[in-house]
Amino acid sequence: MNFWQFILQNHTEILELTLEHLWLVAISTVLAVLIGIPLGILITRRPALNKPVLGAANVIQTIPSLALFGFLLPAPWIGARADRLAILALTLYALLPLIRNTYTGIKGVDRAIIEAGRGMGMTDSQLLWQVELPLALGVIIAGVRVATVISVGLATIAAAIGAGGLGEYIFRGLAMVNDQVILAGAIPAAILALLADVSLGWLEKRLSAH
Amino acid sequence: MNDPPDHRPVIQFQNVSYCLENGLELLHNLTLEVERGETLVLLGRSGSGKTTTLKLINHLLSPSAGEVLVDGRSIRDWDLIRLRRMIGYVIQEVGLFPHFTVERNIALVPQLERWPAERISQRVQELLRLVGLDPQLASRHPRELSGGQRQRVGVARALAADPPILLMDEPFGALDPITRAQLQREFLALQNRLRKTVVFVTHDLREALLLGTRIAMMEAGRLVTAQTPAYFVQSTEPMVAAYVHAFGTDLKRGAS
Repeated sequence: MNFWQFILQNHTEILELTLEHLWLVAISTVLAVLIGIPLGILITRRPALNKPVLGAANVIQTIPSLALFGFLLPAPWIGARADRLAILALTLYALLPLIRNTYTGIKGVDRAIIEAGRGMGMTDSQLLWQVELPLALGVIIAGVRVATVISVGLATIAAAIGAGGLGEYIFRGLAMVNDQVILAGAIPAAILALLADVSLGWLEKRLSAH
Repeated sequence: MNDPPDHRPVIQFQNVSYCLENGLELLHNLTLEVERGETLVLLGRSGSGKTTTLKLINHLLSPSAGEVLVDGRSIRDWDLIRLRRMIGYVIQEVGLFPHFTVERNIALVPQLERWPAERISQRVQELLRLVGLDPQLASRHPRELSGGQRQRVGVARALAADPPILLMDEPFGALDPITRAQLQREFLALQNRLRKTVVFVTHDLREALLLGTRIAMMEAGRLVTAQTPAYFVQSTEPMVAAYVHAFGTDLKRGAS
């Protein structure tokens, strides 16, 4: 049986696993955005928190993904279901690029612009919403892009703890020593990563055109 | 403004010093008053404390010692936002918001003050005419304008809510000499009509003599002297004489 026959025969399963994969990535990226961007903003306001927050996000990033999935297994509620666990782990991994890019994006806004706004009586929140965030948006979207692409790759490992996704094929293929099965998981995952990269890259370019 | 005539100085510096956190003193024991309707030029070299002095007025910086009073009240007692919204602030062209159109840039303070939309757009049109800009430029972004046009937008933005005080930090510094001369003339004409209280920072003696009703010379964080232009060029103060000399003797003729 060649590769294309395998794909054709299993196309419903491939589609299902692709959707499952997308779901894991989408939920975890949204959660990471909801946590990471406010944290990034916070550390521009409270410089004392800068090192601990970025340090913690950095440490998480260095934990090997399989080990992190394993560490989280005994956690209550989270550990009870594989998809919850996978989403938590993926969220944690996505935090660093989001926090860091939000922080550097805001810090990269020209000081003179901020000072002009402040000098004309803008409050801190007016400056944030009307000046700093719009001007940092391109850099922040770049962070979302990096986080998403990383998540698409990492989510394949979530299959190791039974969370599903395209990693199922990769692990199954490895166990069966069957390249075609591995590719049936790896190729759609690569396509997803590329699509995320291109579409968010386009958005990034549009939003940073100042 | 229809306040009763008020002869109190609008801005007062009383023995003001300003130090950085590392102890470096940028401003030493400054005592200076700015009268209503005058254009006080702060003149001096880079690092002489001109910009520091300016930023103490709208409380972007807080004095380390002494008091800064605006309308007779210490800047510490002012509501920060209210104080700043009655003080127009113009800096070199970089101060415009690059992601705002010209119209939104000019409308900034009125928008913050929640003026009705109609009044804002009327005011924007009025200001564009006032600073000599084509009303069609309203929908452009700052990057689509020339340096001189950007600077006019900066002035219009500062004037938008009709503040009684205007702070200008080397507003024409980045312009070519011809555009600068044109804007200087227009500034004079504008100031003749509006009679704002203006504090203007420059290192250019020609600009100071042309625009100032009084010139305050600063050096190394200290006020050297504050004089009208005619007296200033004749000052025997060594620092002033050196500065005047550096700009060439022909200035004496121009100022008389």
